[in-house]
Amino acid sequence: MTAPTVPAVPTASTGPARPVLAFDRLSVTFASDAGPVRAVREVSFTVAPGEIVAVVGESGSGKSVSSRALLGLLPGTATVAGSAQLDGVELTGLRGESMRKVRGDRIAMIFQEPATSLDPVRTVGWQVVQALRVHRPMSRRAARARAVELLELVGIPDAASRIHSYPHQLSGGQKQRVMIAIAIACEPEVIIADEPTTALDVTVQAAILELLRDLRDRLGTAIVLITHNMGVVADLADRVVVMYRGEVVEEASVAQIFAAPAHPYTRRLLAAVPHLGQGRSLSADPGPAAVAAAPGPAVVTSVPGPPVVVPPSIPALAVRDLVVEFAGRLGAPRLRAVDGVSFTIAPGQVLGLVGESGSGKTTVGRTTVGLVPAVSGSIEVFGTDLRTASPRVLRDLRRRFGFVFQDPSASLNPRSSVGAAISEPLSVHAVGSDASRRRRVAELLEAVELPASFARRFPHELSGGQRQRVSLARALVLGPDLLIADEPTSALDVSVQATVLALFQQLQTEMGFACLFISHDLAVIDLVAHDVAVMRTGRLVEVGTTAAVLNAPQHAYTRALLAAVPVPDPAEQADRRRRRADLVESTRG
Amino acid sequence: MTAIVVTETSGLTPLAPTRRRGLPGMALLRSTHGLQRGMLLTGLTIIAVFVVVAVLAPVLAPYGFNVDRADGVVFGTQQPPSAAHWFGTTVGGQDVLSRVIFGARTALAVIVLAVSISLLVGVPLGVVSGYVGGKVDRALVLVTDALYAFPSLLLAIVVAIMITNGRSTPLGGIFAAALSITVVFVPQYFRVVRNQTVSVKNEPFVDAARITGARPRRIIFRHVLPNVSQSIPVLATLNASEAILTLAGLGFLGFGIEPSSAAEWGYDLNKALSDTSNGIWWTGVYPGLAIVLVVTGVTLVGESLNDILNPMLRTRGGGATTADEAEIVADDAPSVADGGPRQAHDSPLDPDPDGLAAGAPLTEEAGR
Repeated sequence: MTAPTVPAVPTASTGPARPVLAFDRLSVTFASDAGPVRAVREVSFTVAPGEIVAVVGESGSGKSVSSRALLGLLPGTATVAGSAQLDGVELTGLRGESMRKVRGDRIAMIFQEPATSLDPVRTVGWQVVQALRVHRPMSRRAARARAVELLELVGIPDAASRIHSYPHQLSGGQKQRVMIAIAIACEPEVIIADEPTTALDVTVQAAILELLRDLRDRLGTAIVLITHNMGVVADLADRVVVMYRGEVVEEASVAQIFAAPAHPYTRRLLAAVPHLGQGRSLSADPGPAAVAAAPGPAVVTSVPGPPVVVPPSIPALAVRDLVVEFAGRLGAPRLRAVDGVSFTIAPGQVLGLVGESGSGKTTVGRTTVGLVPAVSGSIEVFGTDLRTASPRVLRDLRRRFGFVFQDPSASLNPRSSVGAAISEPLSVHAVGSDASRRRRVAELLEAVELPASFARRFPHELSGGQRQRVSLARALVLGPDLLIADEPTSALDVSVQATVLALFQQLQTEMGFACLFISHDLAVIDLVAHDVAVMRTGRLVEVGTTAAVLNAPQHAYTRALLAAVPVPDPAEQADRRRRRADLVESTRG
Repeated sequence: MTAIVVTETSGLTPLAPTRRRGLPGMALLRSTHGLQRGMLLTGLTIIAVFVVVAVLAPVLAPYGFNVDRADGVVFGTQQPPSAAHWFGTTVGGQDVLSRVIFGARTALAVIVLAVSISLLVGVPLGVVSGYVGGKVDRALVLVTDALYAFPSLLLAIVVAIMITNGRSTPLGGIFAAALSITVVFVPQYFRVVRNQTVSVKNEPFVDAARITGARPRRIIFRHVLPNVSQSIPVLATLNASEAILTLAGLGFLGFGIEPSSAAEWGYDLNKALSDTSNGIWWTGVYPGLAIVLVVTGVTLVGESLNDILNPMLRTRGGGATTADEAEIVADDAPSVADGGPRQAHDSPLDPDPDGLAAGAPLTEEAGR
């Protein structure tokens, strides 16, 4: 309770209803090699019956830990101090049978990853029935009937036959619905939803959020929503608790948080969230001029070697009728991941490739650099077809493109230093001497705004954002003309994402490379891309300038995608919800 | 043994990279505590004594290992421990203490040879097989799995007979024993390294190297091998203790090293077999004790290394986010106003716990 913005008496702010859940100076400490780590420090807030309270924060803020402490789901190294009360019953000291009675019956939990939260060898019906019979004395038949009702309630179509399905036969969204059915089976007073939609696509996310709101309205269940996504908060929450480094820094109604955030951290968090309509879709004239170039070093020199002159008529990347197939499971037909995709990127332009999971966007990126073989079609990089080029030509061509991976912690060799990682492409292509390589590494580190001393660090010593900067430096060390970035910021926290995106834009303007920017996040694409290509189930459904696609989408899927993106603004989000409902109505009718 | 210790500790440096300049052994010790540290220290002490005894055997031993008389005076067979012969004498009339001390020499030579040959053969084979995949991989896996099917001592006996062919020189005997142990160990290294390679080769950082146009050789030795080597030190130590047991087993059964060419604990145990029923305990107890002691020492080191190197067995905190926090705090810093993005990032970005980089990060090179 260090922040002055938190009310001194938590119960005073929750209105007339008696809080169903009350945290009072809850602290969680983990024992570790390096001594105790205080993950949660004296957190106090309350949840009224039927209220949706969003606990917001970035990784390491302690938002998940504090809620897990409620149900005794912490590892043995954790010690919990303070109090957490459910309707006046102290939860922190509960062990064994008394804790089991609370779990599932009075407090239920929904986890982030629906794929791993269900038992793969049992039918979904069995799992719902078990959740019921653990806490309620009911016959098998009654429990099954109730399970069908519950599955219908959470919007599983044809629930009576679906209860015999196994989890792998359901989609991600349906699995999350089953998890929610299990959570509400015993009509708990509180549901803790820990990042319930983070692993889901935006369109599915919208439907799940709709369901959670609907359940609250119908059953009056209080929901503690743990999330990092401000759009989701704006969509669902009544009240917001902002956590930062284990402490509650701000607590206010959702309207107030978005309209007048009091704490500097909240303000910064909100400012960092990419927002549709902030980027290039604003300007009808796409081009590098639209980028707000931040003041920074312009010391990026080109690679020693023959200068490459590119006639403007030759596109940096031209993909024509690309088809990629993967071998199916035993006996199953081959899986067509990419089906007849064509696009071109002019030199110096950024093409944003958008799609949901399974749309084949990552496969397109991996195929263009030769990590995945294409079945048919052509991939031309500056006029040379990768599929027919000789190994020697291909090696030379590789100098001209860079690749940035999604997960910066996995894409850097943990055993080689940052300097070695960045100079790797130089040594592979035998460019320059040791001394010139070291100079080049220092230049690149400066370009990505890291101190030169970082060359001797190892990846695990860096933060996620720093690692992604290193990854970017490695991709740019040869001065490529084409960069392929596969979800480069989706593994990062929002505030870190904002700085990395700003850096990317700045470097793109300075160095003028063409870029295929793959992302699922339309707001990010809006910020960086000149053109947008929308992909769905292996096909491109719409290609155009960012302004055209985002402001006047032609294809119904693009429209649905745009409508599903939650916007960090409660009023606008309510409005969008109404419009989305209309859209769904009109497509059904 | 020293070779093994070096491999062990070199694998550890990434664990404590902030203090890379220190002794590798210190980093190892620092990452332990309590019972674990006790185990490691005990093991290391036993191994150190073992190595010293082995190296200085001619100085430490009162007599030669195959000598049954001194200055023309015969020791006498099966003499109980006395001032002249602390551990007594054997059925052949040799000094037990001297044979135990010289036995350490044989054991050390065999362990070092066996473990290093197994490493040299098994690790590259595993990495290549795992990385290349396909038919090569399948064939190699089949062969090594077939070797697994044999009882290891039987396999060692067969190889020992094949190599020595009945006759043996001192060096040849040690080499033969080492090779027969190697045949048993190679499949273990192969399997561990190959399986790790298969999982590591699909990591994005290997893809990243592939995209830059790196040749397979470079990818294998620069990117894959360093990342599959964590489990090798543990395997090597545990194998070292197994090597002693296999060697003793071979000697006990009369294979391996000729008794006249080197002292060998297992052989001595065999010769002591008939003494036990006559109340002559000293011929068997001391070689046996030596085997138990060395195996215990090596196993203690292996097990504690396993605990240290396997992060799953360690208690860990949420310290990983401190650097992220620092980055976020960077944006809070008031210096944004006066210096542009560069200034804002430099100092608070740096997670250096020593605070070395706090002042002038770009010129701190000399300081480190």
